[in-house]
Amino acid sequence: MNRLLLNKAILMLSTLSAVIGLGFLLWILITLSYKGIMNLHWSTFTNDLVEGGIRNLLVGQFTMALMASMIAVPIGMLAGIYLREYSNNGKLAAVMRNLSDVMMSAPSIVIGVFVFALLVDPFGGYNGWAGIVALAIMMIPIIISTTDNMLSLVPQELREAGMALGGSKHKIILQVVVKAAKVGITTGILLSFARIIGETAPLLFTSANNQFFTMDLTEQFPSLTVSIYNLATYPDEASRELAWAASFVLTAVVLLINLMGRYITRSKK
Amino acid sequence: MRTNSMIMEVKDFYFTYAGASAPSLKNINLPIEKNKITALIGPSGCGKSTLLRSMNRIHDLYPGNKYEGEIKLYDHREEIENILNIKKENDFIRLRQAVGMIFQKPTPFPMSIYENVAYGLKLAGIKDKSEIEGRVEKALQDAAIWGETKDRLKESAMGLSGGQQQRLCIARAVALKPDVLLFDEPTSALDPISTGAIEELIAELKNDVSVVIVTHNMQQASRLSNYTAFMYLGDLIEYGETDKIFLNPSVKLTEDYITGRFG
Repeated sequence: MNRLLLNKAILMLSTLSAVIGLGFLLWILITLSYKGIMNLHWSTFTNDLVEGGIRNLLVGQFTMALMASMIAVPIGMLAGIYLREYSNNGKLAAVMRNLSDVMMSAPSIVIGVFVFALLVDPFGGYNGWAGIVALAIMMIPIIISTTDNMLSLVPQELREAGMALGGSKHKIILQVVVKAAKVGITTGILLSFARIIGETAPLLFTSANNQFFTMDLTEQFPSLTVSIYNLATYPDEASRELAWAASFVLTAVVLLINLMGRYITRSKK
Repeated sequence: MRTNSMIMEVKDFYFTYAGASAPSLKNINLPIEKNKITALIGPSGCGKSTLLRSMNRIHDLYPGNKYEGEIKLYDHREEIENILNIKKENDFIRLRQAVGMIFQKPTPFPMSIYENVAYGLKLAGIKDKSEIEGRVEKALQDAAIWGETKDRLKESAMGLSGGQQQRLCIARAVALKPDVLLFDEPTSALDPISTGAIEELIAELKNDVSVVIVTHNMQQASRLSNYTAFMYLGDLIEYGETDKIFLNPSVKLTEDYITGRFG
C-alpha cells in the first residue's frame, strides 16, 4: 500500500515538474512569437537599425558568426583529430581535453573581457575582428569535443582496414575516418554555430554595435544580439517593439539551425 | 618441405604486446605455402590472430609492441625480405599491398561501392582512370559480387548486406593483386549462406594468391585449408597437412582440441 502511494506521489511530482518546465518554455515561445510577429514588418528586414530595421544587424551577426566559424572549424577539427588519432591518449591529451572542457563552460563575458584586453584596448576601439575572435574562442572547444567524440565512435577496424590496404595514417584519417564521422561532425558544427549566433556577452565590448550598415571589420560592427540588449533598455515604445521583433527573428534562426542539424543526423543515418 | 614453394616464412618469432611482461607468441616457426590455404586454429587467446596481424604488421598501428625473430616475404621478385625490419612508411605501404587483410567484421569505407575498390588502387598510386575502372570490375568479378553490384556501383557500400560487404572487402584487397591474403575469422559475423559464399570464394582465390585464415570453426578449417597450424597459449603446437592434423595428429593436445575435449 505504502509502496503504491509513494509511486503515485513521485509520478505526480515528476509530471508536475515536467509541466512547469515545459510550461515556461511554451510561455516564452508564445509571448515571443506573439509580440515578435505583431511588430514584424517588411521594413524590419529592409531598413538598417538607424531607420528602425534589423537588416544591418542580421548581416553583421551572420558575418561575424560565419567568420568565427572559418577560424574555429579548422582549428577545432584539427585539434579534435590530434586528440583522438595522434595523441595516443597520453597525459598531454588528458590535459588538453580538460582544458577544452573548462573553456567550454567558461562564462562568455570572461571571454569578452579577455578579447577586449587583447584586441580592443591596444587597437584603440571596438572592432568587428575582436567580436569574431571572441566568438571563435567560444566555438573552438565545442568543435574540439564533438570531433573528438564523433571520431571515437568510428570503429577501430575501419582504421585497421585502411592501413591494411596500404594507406598512410594521415590519408586514412582524412579520407576514411573523418568521412565516416562526417555526419556527426557536421551536426556538431551546426549546433555550435547556433550557439554562437545567439551570443551577446562576448560581443558587448568587443565589436559592440553599429546603427549603420557596414562591412568594415575594423569599425564597430552591427550585432543583432547587442541591439536587442540595447533596444530593450530604451524607454520608447518603438525601440521595445523592434527588440521583440529582433528577438523573434533570432529565435527563429537558432531554431532553424537546430532543426537542420537534427535533419542531417536523421537523414544520413 | 621448406623449399621455395613458400611465399612467407615465420622463423623463431616472438611477439610481445606493449606493456606486457611476457611474450604472447613464443618461438613460432611456420611456413606459408604458395597458392595454398593455411588455417590457424586454436582456442581463444592462443595467439592466432596476433600471429596473423604480425604478418602485415598491422600491430604497428598501436605503439610499443615488440617483434623478435623473422617473418620473411618471398615476393614476386623473389627478393627475400624480413618484414620485421621495415621502418619506412613507403615500405609498409608496399608490404600491405603485397599482404592484404580481411577482418572479422566487414569494414566497407563510407564511400560508394566503386570507390571502395578504387580507393586502394588510388592509394597504390594508380592514376589512370581506365586502368582503375578495369581493375575494379575485375576485382568485383573475382570476388563474385559483380553481378549484384554492377548496376549500383555509385551507391553507398553501407547499403549492402553483411555478406556482400565482406565480399566487397575481399574485392578491395584482391584488386591490389596481393601475394598473400590474411583472413581474420572472416565469416564469424555472417549467416551460414553468406559464410558458404565466402568459403567458396576463398577456395577459388588460392589460384592467384596464398591464403592464411584464422578460424574458430574447425569444420571451416578442415573444409577449406591445405595446411593447418594448431596454436595454444602462444605456442605453435603442431603444423602439417590439414588431413593429417585432423585425422591423425601427432600431439595429444591437438587431438584433444580437434575432438572438442577443450577449447
